[in-house]
Amino acid sequence: MIALTDYLMLGVILFCIGMAGIFLNRKNVITMLMSIELILLSVNFNFIAFSRFLNDSVGQVFVFFILTVAAAESAIGLAILVVLFRQRRTINVTDFNTLKG
Amino acid sequence: MLSELPLLSLAIWFPVIGGVAILFGGDNPKFTRLFALTVGILTFLISTQLYTEFNTQTAAMQFQECIRWIPTFSANYHLGVDGFSMPLILLTAFMTVIVIISSWEVVKHRFSQYMAAFLIMEGLMIGVFAALDALLFYVFFEAMLIPMFLIIGIWGGSRRVYATFKFFLYTFFGSIFMLVALIYMHDQAKSFEILDFHKLPLNMHEQMFIFFAFLLSFAIKVPMWPFHTWLPDAHVEAPTGGSVILAAITLKIGGYGFLRFILPIVPDASAVLDWLILTMSLVAVVYIGFIALMQQDMKKLIAYSSISHMGIVTLGFFVMFTLHRHTGNFSGATMGIEGSMVQMVSHGLVSGALFLCVGVLYDRLHSRQIKDYGGVVNSMPVFATFMVLFCMANAGLPGTSGFVGEFMVIMSSFKAGFWLAFIASFTLILGAAYTLWLVKRVIFGDIRNDYVASLEDVNHREILMLSLLAITVLIIGIWPDLLTSIMHATVDNLLRHSTLTKL
Amino acid sequence: MQNVYLWIVLAPLCGAVITGLFGPKIGRSRSHLVAISGVAISFLLSLVVVYQHILNGAAPYDSTVYTWMTIEGICLKIGFLVDNLTAVMICTVTFISLMVHIYTVGYMQDDDGYQRFFSYISLFTFAMLMLVMANNFLQLFFGWEGVGLVSYLLIGFWYKRESAIYASFKAFLVNRVGDFGFLLGIAAVLMACNSIDYAEVFIAAPMIARSTIQIIPGVDWSLMTLICILLFIGAMGKSAQVPLHVWLPDSMEGPTPISALIHAATMVTAGIFMVARMSPLFELSETALSFILVIGSVTALFMGFLGIIQNDIKRVIAYSTLSQLGYMTAALGVSAYPAAIFHLMTHAFFKALLFLGAGSVIIAMHHEQDIRKMGGIWKQMPITWFTFLIGTLSLVGVPGFSGFYSKDSILEAVYASHISSASFAYFSMILGVFVTSFYSFRLYFTVFHGETHIQEHLHETPLVVTIPLILLSIPSVVIGAITIEPLLFDTGFGSSVFVAPDHNVLGHLELVFHNSISFGLHGLIGLPFFLVLAGFGAAFYLYLIKQELPELIKQRFYKIYNVMDHKYFFDEIYQLFFVHCGQKLGTVLWKFGDAGLIDGLLVNGSAQLVVWFASMVRRLQSGYLYTYAFAMIIGLLIFLTWFITTH
Repeated sequence: MIALTDYLMLGVILFCIGMAGIFLNRKNVITMLMSIELILLSVNFNFIAFSRFLNDSVGQVFVFFILTVAAAESAIGLAILVVLFRQRRTINVTDFNTLKG
Repeated sequence: MLSELPLLSLAIWFPVIGGVAILFGGDNPKFTRLFALTVGILTFLISTQLYTEFNTQTAAMQFQECIRWIPTFSANYHLGVDGFSMPLILLTAFMTVIVIISSWEVVKHRFSQYMAAFLIMEGLMIGVFAALDALLFYVFFEAMLIPMFLIIGIWGGSRRVYATFKFFLYTFFGSIFMLVALIYMHDQAKSFEILDFHKLPLNMHEQMFIFFAFLLSFAIKVPMWPFHTWLPDAHVEAPTGGSVILAAITLKIGGYGFLRFILPIVPDASAVLDWLILTMSLVAVVYIGFIALMQQDMKKLIAYSSISHMGIVTLGFFVMFTLHRHTGNFSGATMGIEGSMVQMVSHGLVSGALFLCVGVLYDRLHSRQIKDYGGVVNSMPVFATFMVLFCMANAGLPGTSGFVGEFMVIMSSFKAGFWLAFIASFTLILGAAYTLWLVKRVIFGDIRNDYVASLEDVNHREILMLSLLAITVLIIGIWPDLLTSIMHATVDNLLRHSTLTKL
Repeated sequence: MQNVYLWIVLAPLCGAVITGLFGPKIGRSRSHLVAISGVAISFLLSLVVVYQHILNGAAPYDSTVYTWMTIEGICLKIGFLVDNLTAVMICTVTFISLMVHIYTVGYMQDDDGYQRFFSYISLFTFAMLMLVMANNFLQLFFGWEGVGLVSYLLIGFWYKRESAIYASFKAFLVNRVGDFGFLLGIAAVLMACNSIDYAEVFIAAPMIARSTIQIIPGVDWSLMTLICILLFIGAMGKSAQVPLHVWLPDSMEGPTPISALIHAATMVTAGIFMVARMSPLFELSETALSFILVIGSVTALFMGFLGIIQNDIKRVIAYSTLSQLGYMTAALGVSAYPAAIFHLMTHAFFKALLFLGAGSVIIAMHHEQDIRKMGGIWKQMPITWFTFLIGTLSLVGVPGFSGFYSKDSILEAVYASHISSASFAYFSMILGVFVTSFYSFRLYFTVFHGETHIQEHLHETPLVVTIPLILLSIPSVVIGAITIEPLLFDTGFGSSVFVAPDHNVLGHLELVFHNSISFGLHGLIGLPFFLVLAGFGAAFYLYLIKQELPELIKQRFYKIYNVMDHKYFFDEIYQLFFVHCGQKLGTVLWKFGDAGLIDGLLVNGSAQLVVWFASMVRRLQSGYLYTYAFAMIIGLLIFLTWFITTH
């Protein structure tokens, strides 16, 4: 029997990988987008695990929403990325610091 | 008939409207200056009505006007004058006329705006002195910064931006705390009337807080040591007229604040903390006196001498508490406060006149450095006479107004304690040293260079403005009763207020 | 009488205002006419006053002209007090002033500032009269500073000379140091009596004498001593007593008529007059009197020494003035106020005479003042020579001349006094007699006798110059003999000076005084006269017979000469300690205190602190998404931890 904690552990691991991807990644915007997806995925994992554990299907409904939004988001994100690349001829993260104060 | 007119409102708004009219009136210097002079003189005439119809027997506010202004905050448009504000209003109106004459043909750049700024400034300053509503006072107090900011910033010298910002931020910084104190008292008194504040009971803790809030604001305005460093910069960069108004009137608002707010509203805190003010004042007299000695720039020298003289003013205000501690009564306190008032008026006239003198030289040689002059008397004998007269007044020579205030304050402080008077009397030596050294280096001696040799003596316009000031300085020196007699009732009232504990 | 008094004061003022404001318009001759007639009116009216008060014994007049200010029940007034003391002073002042006015017509005839000069000296006369006629301290101070102002303007009259404007500046500042004490003294009087009217203060004086004041906590000082010493500091400034004497020799930069009027006859005696006027106060403080006596006798002797080595004709007379002022001050110290005023008056005549005589020589020599370049001019300038000789004889105190009567009565008074340090004073003053005689005759011989150093033939000066000399030489001879009895021993000063019974030294003198002739004859066998003769002999030997000897002595005692040549280093010390240190202090306070600490550190410092802080937090805005995300996570963690740990 796989216990709830195992699911949650997996969620945490996924989340941490995602976080590490964001913080440690200094190069590629696509990797960043993927890391965000990983974080979202870890959240989804938690939702499903709790939904199963608590016998409440609302969690699974949420997961669907999240997945949909995530899909839309990555589509938009990639589209932005394409435009960005056209503008700057790069997708290197360290080159995008126009917000610097 | 005249007394039925709202004289104070007229004195405030007439020059303001005149100034605005000049702004929209196009850029014809000949017309502008005549118009400005007319407005200035009429305002002065209005304010002389305040003097002639003033009742010297009462300490109550006179010429009162009261209209509801912002009912939500129970703020009123409330005006009135007593023996403290009336002479200062008169001084304001008088000095504005002088300033208008002084910039008659000297200012070339944006002349009409220059005149407009001074007229608006005049109205606002009269407003500060006449306001009996704290919020109204505050509005005038802050609004007054704007024309001065523009005057220094537009017509000033090379470092004008630095000087304006310093001036503006410094004074603004101080007045923020005053606003907090005013709002606090409004919450307590449910009114913005200054006279209600006078009666407001406050505990020691509150008094301390309000005292420091006001002190910060007024000490910067006066300016007292160590809040004075904006003044030399502002003076050096300001155009002549700006310096005159700054020295003659703006500084007096700080002194006026002490009389109108600090002493009557927080008497107990003042009594406890009077050592602080006394120390600051005496340091100003001596420390600034020494600094003035070493100045190379005429305007800076006069600016520092202003700080030193204002030290005498604040000393006179606060000497009464020490007096009470040492002698058990307040005899001599009136002399201190009235002496300070006379000193303020006199300083307004004398330092204004000295700045005008520097302006006269600056208009000709475009330098304020002492070393560029020397032997001015050879080419400008009439001017030299005036300059020596005003310098003597600055050094406190009896027979000029400069003596009266210093004399009274020193007399009063001697009663409070020997050392107070001893240190304050250093103004006698230091004042003479720095002013006469200035005279020696600028006026006397052989002609220093060809520029000095080519100087033209003062023209009729300059003689007019300088002799008006000279006559006033001498009249006050010879018969100061003219000035002090209008203050007696008000000073007595103030003493009653500030000697009653509020705890 | 009020109008008489008023016009005595106002006539010179009118003269001053008219010549000052309209001088260039009305021209030279009308200017001096106006000024002279102003002072002449004053002088004639002062004769009326003398007649009324001294001869007819009219009661003192004390009345108000107008109220300057009323405050707290204290009435500060402008008014006149005219009694015998004032009458003597007015008369002396206006007479000398008149002489100087007339003399000026000749002396200044080529000067561009002719009208200005007349305006100044008339203004001076006004201020001096206000001073002596005051009935309260305020007006006294007005006149006090007024004469200081005019003295400042007149010393710097030739404003193109650097040395003249330096001297005027110095004179004003040193006087201000004195006034510093004087003003504090007035404040002390006001505190003690709640009035600054002479009459009320004098009534309250015994009460003040009993009270004490703590200046340093725990130490009780007599209030009266404090008041007197503070007031006397003012007198030290104005009457040039050690150590505030440094301005007077330098003031010789002014035109010679001024040296005669202001720096010899009148203004410098204001301090003497003031102390005499305040006698009801000073009498009540032994300490103050001793202080005065010591200062006076030190000045009398040591300033006399300096007269010996000066080579400028005016400076010799200036040091002589300092020394004579010391005599007057010492007379005040032993409570011989009438003697001090008496000497003041005779000194005014003969010293004005000497100065004007010196001026006459200077004119003839085309403004050469070095006595080494003069010599043997007595034949060419007989009137100047003779009047100068009279002045010299009067100054050294040859019996019969005015100076003898006044100086001898001072010496007698000091001798009779029992106040502490009176014996020291007597010793130094009797030695001073020799010194006076020596430098006076040295000056006289070097200028008028001996071999001449001048090539051209000199001319006697015009009548406008010599007539005042003649007019002044008459009182220099006779006024002492005439007035000694009424002034010193009869009721001369009447109620205007007060002497405590145990200080009444003149009373001792009165016992042996018969009349002025016998006093003069008695003087012929007195010690002072022998000292005068000794001084005369020494000067005669050294400067007429063995003329190379002074140079030898100078080299032999070079160290002493050096100290004297530097005037005991007073100027150097003041220069170092006050001027130099003052300027250093000013610079330090300005550069470090104001520009550095307050403006640099606090004002601009706080502005820079804001800038610095902003530049620090600015770095947080890296512009990279991951830093923001990181901050969010960290923040979230901190809040979570806080939330969990607190609940």
